Amino acid sequence: MQTDKAMQTDKVIQSLAAQLQPVRRLRSPLLRALLWLAVIGAVAGLLIAHAVGVGVFLQRVAVPRVAVETAATGLTAITAVIAAFELSVPGHSPRWAVLPVLPLLTWLGASGLGCLANGLGLHGAAGFSGDSSHCFAFITGVSVPLAVALFWMLRRARPIDPLPVAALGTLGVAATAAFLLQFFHPFDVTVIDLALHLAAIALVVVVGTAWRRPLLAAA
Amino acid sequence: MRAAQSGDRAAYEKLLGEISPLIRALVRRHCSNRADIEDMVQDTLLTLHRVRHTYDPGRPFCPWLAAIAWRRSIDALRRRIRVSKYEIANQGVYETFSDAAANSDLEGVRSAEEVEDLLQLLPPRQRDALQALKLKQMTLAEASLASGQSVAALKVNTHRALKRLRMLLEARKR
Repeated sequence: MQTDKAMQTDKVIQSLAAQLQPVRRLRSPLLRALLWLAVIGAVAGLLIAHAVGVGVFLQRVAVPRVAVETAATGLTAITAVIAAFELSVPGHSPRWAVLPVLPLLTWLGASGLGCLANGLGLHGAAGFSGDSSHCFAFITGVSVPLAVALFWMLRRARPIDPLPVAALGTLGVAATAAFLLQFFHPFDVTVIDLALHLAAIALVVVVGTAWRRPLLAAA
Repeated sequence: MRAAQSGDRAAYEKLLGEISPLIRALVRRHCSNRADIEDMVQDTLLTLHRVRHTYDPGRPFCPWLAAIAWRRSIDALRRRIRVSKYEIANQGVYETFSDAAANSDLEGVRSAEEVEDLLQLLPPRQRDALQALKLKQMTLAEASLASGQSVAALKVNTHRALKRLRMLLEARKR
């Protein structure tokens, strides 16, 4: 004999079926991630080409450590964004969350080596002292429009577990901002620079994660 | 499921009927209370409805469904642990008795303006829950669909709303 609760479940099913409307299926998360990265890459490319001379940047990446650091920053951004899109869909492997770990550790390690190259000094080599507060403002400021664009796309999935989606998404956004910083701040990283970079990234991740439910329209 | 995404209501109803026992078996791993199990089943069905656009017909259906059931089970368990630290469940607050003497002072409030004033003093989620269940007389499932709150969250918010309204009424009487 059916219980009242089971009968209620039957009514839920009938109600859901009665109000069913066709839906536009979500595209593959990988495709959506690559679309976001392509659009941001194109916009950033145009800005850099018009506003900044890439000559100094190319000089810097000729140094192997800097090339590794820059590549790791970019890879952290790409893998974190891909992982966020993958985890926004139910049933996709939770192992996607591990994808950005290696690039992130490489980025942190290479940045740390940069500090060591400056002798752990508070100022960089002669003629190349960075302005740490501008770095913090750049990363947090540029992260805002990037996060708006990313969360706008992620919302469509209505993630059932918004925490890892928000955490990885905001990590991707902050890493993208840090990558772009390389073009506008072609200096060696000092200890203070590194601390403020990390603080800016942490701030972006914490704020985005704290607001995950309304930002992602979680189901 | 592919047919349901296209809007085929008969196929959708058949699908939901067929997967309900599977969902029940999945959530039973996390809970033994029969009433809670059925709440979790309903929450899972409601969530499936909200995210049905994310299912890719090129991928297996069961992992997608299992992920939703598992997530809703975990959320319900966490909520239960959190709530049980501070509150005791009282099923009676969801009932309205036909005998006037059995109704609380709260339900004796007649003026529409007074009711509206009191409701505006509640937090939004509590107000939505109370309006849906008590004023609009929706079922828990209908209220969940309309408000986006889970069945368990609706119960908790209704209980808290009634408690707060009683406190406000007592404060007004003094």
